[in-house]
Amino acid sequence: MFKWLEKNLPKIVMAPAVGLIGWFVYGFVLWTLYISFTNSKILPKYELWGVGQYVKLWASRKWLISVDNLLVFTALFLIFCIVIGIILAIFLDQKIRAEGVLRTIYLYPMALSFIVTGTAWKWILNPTLGLQKMFIDWGFENFTFDWLVNREMAIYTIVIAGVWQSAGFVMALFLAGLRSVEDEIVKAAKIDGAGLFTVYWKILLPMMRPVFFTSFVILVHISIKSYDLIVALTQGGPGISTTMPALFMTQAAFHKSQVGLSAASAMMMFMAVAAVIIPYLYSELRRENAR
Amino acid sequence: MKKIIIALITLAFTSTSSIAGPKIEVLHWWTSGGEAAALKVLKDDFAANGGEWLDMPVTGGGGDAANVALKARIVAGDPPSASQIKGPTIQEYDQEGVVAPYNIDSIAQAEGWDNLLDPMIAAVHKCQNNSGPYCAAPVNIHRIDWIWANKVVFDENGLSMPTTWDELNAAADKLQAAGIIPFAHGGQAWQDATVFEAVAMGIGGNNYYKNCYVKLEESCLRSETTVKVFDQMRKLQGYTDPGSPGRDWNVATGMVIEGKAGFQIMGDWAKGEFTAAGKSPGWDYMCSPTPSNNGYLYNVDSFIFYKTSDPDKQAGQKLLAKLMMGKNFQKVFNLYKGSIPARLDVPMDEFDDCAKASNADIKTAGAKGGLVPSFAHGMAQGNTMKAALQDIITEHFNSDMSSVDAANALADSVLANM
Repeated sequence: MFKWLEKNLPKIVMAPAVGLIGWFVYGFVLWTLYISFTNSKILPKYELWGVGQYVKLWASRKWLISVDNLLVFTALFLIFCIVIGIILAIFLDQKIRAEGVLRTIYLYPMALSFIVTGTAWKWILNPTLGLQKMFIDWGFENFTFDWLVNREMAIYTIVIAGVWQSAGFVMALFLAGLRSVEDEIVKAAKIDGAGLFTVYWKILLPMMRPVFFTSFVILVHISIKSYDLIVALTQGGPGISTTMPALFMTQAAFHKSQVGLSAASAMMMFMAVAAVIIPYLYSELRRENAR
Repeated sequence: MKKIIIALITLAFTSTSSIAGPKIEVLHWWTSGGEAAALKVLKDDFAANGGEWLDMPVTGGGGDAANVALKARIVAGDPPSASQIKGPTIQEYDQEGVVAPYNIDSIAQAEGWDNLLDPMIAAVHKCQNNSGPYCAAPVNIHRIDWIWANKVVFDENGLSMPTTWDELNAAADKLQAAGIIPFAHGGQAWQDATVFEAVAMGIGGNNYYKNCYVKLEESCLRSETTVKVFDQMRKLQGYTDPGSPGRDWNVATGMVIEGKAGFQIMGDWAKGEFTAAGKSPGWDYMCSPTPSNNGYLYNVDSFIFYKTSDPDKQAGQKLLAKLMMGKNFQKVFNLYKGSIPARLDVPMDEFDDCAKASNADIKTAGAKGGLVPSFAHGMAQGNTMKAALQDIITEHFNSDMSSVDAANALADSVLANM
């Protein structure tokens, strides 16, 4: 009896968690997939209807705008977060004084929720309350910074707020990566006559490949799921110019009585995340198996 | 010993349900200031009649969060006894089969709701395509097409309340020249649509409004009149300030109260902000309908009553429906909320001048065919079509889209969602 228990205890302990995740994550993914093939309106319905919702989705202006926005946002968010994160990490890596304090300051935005970040930036960027007003009050009469209320530029304000929030996190990842490199390697390079720039550019950063991957995967899925930041900052406006897929999805499900369409858009987002995560998991698992 | 235990267990199980009597679970989002105070009147009434009230307030996002909670409860097969649902959405829920067998209809018949309500508003609350039994109870009538103006600002600039859209534009030009923001507006999709429907009813006329936004006729949406409506929207946009996009409606009302802006176009809930700031109508601010030919855009808040097999809850639904349509609640609630009673026979002595005007106008409008449902607030169209219209209106208002393109985009958007 005890032998059996001893042998199976790990499985028994894990079973509830596996069961719950299986049902609440994978079960509901399948449920959403099913609903996306029905003609559900205000509430879910279960008669199959075909791919009509997907046809409707890709004919919708608003969806196309939101996909465009997602591409712009993801590209800029990734680039700026990683570049700023690396620069901050390299600066902090110089064994400077008060590093702990600075590190906390850079990482602190991560402790806020996107709702707080969005609301704060909404006030900072509002032309009649924030930066623009401050500069005009200081006497720069012609200063304008109205990106938040400008249809063409509003998407970039979301990038600004998003980068402010997440760059510190990327910094922490890279700093940890840089610290894990053996001192000998850097010393050897320096003896061979490499300057500081060369050491980072040719030796340390190429060694950071796994950190790049991790940041990439984390940032991409944050950006595909980004919802709260947009709700707080622009609510998809001005007009519908900063709509993103996650916002489209909730609006369709809860404001517009289009549960089926919403499920279809959720599946599109799911596939986009899967397209990023699966190759990553695959490469990680292969490496572990090779060991 | 065993017997005692059994007795105790039976007691434990029965004691919770032993208080038989009307019981109700109400899902709502009336949690702030006046609304909460008004709802308390209803709760006290309910308790005084021997009922047990299970409150289920869900705050956030003007009902968004409540909507999510409601759908989750319905999908789980356990809807609340009553919730705040209005307009054509009542029919949408009915078609899903979660409302029948219409527990409150017997009360509606006994109390004679058909005689107490305007026929058009009564129809909204009847299930089975607006002609069957009653399944929802109205609590108020909001008027959408109001102009709220700062009296001091208007007096100083020698202006009176406009009676045509040209006069309104002229007044706005004058204010702009005097360095005052003419039009306080919050650039959110629903606020853009609120202004749009007032402009559409005013410039296009009542029949145009009905053909376009109630019947959704394509030829009407593409017509020259729609282009003119969009032209006026573009003009109004020129009277807003750069900080307008994304602003909440009450912040815009605050600009009028402080005299930073001249006027706002908003439903009568804006009055609550003036009252809260200690301002009185006729002295500090003025209210008048937006220019139209006896038009009246209505928005009615209602409660819908879901299917339940529990006899206590059925009794609770009947009691609540009766109290909600009662004279006392209709008066007290609307004094708090800024709207007017849905019942036509409530004395208006305690109401202010704006509400009295609203109550008089709805009767004239009803007689002259100007009583029309608001689409921006989900009275004329279901959620899907409301969003289809709103998306284009807000896109036009926040871009440099031409009026002709906007009219065509509006028709296309409607057709795509038919």
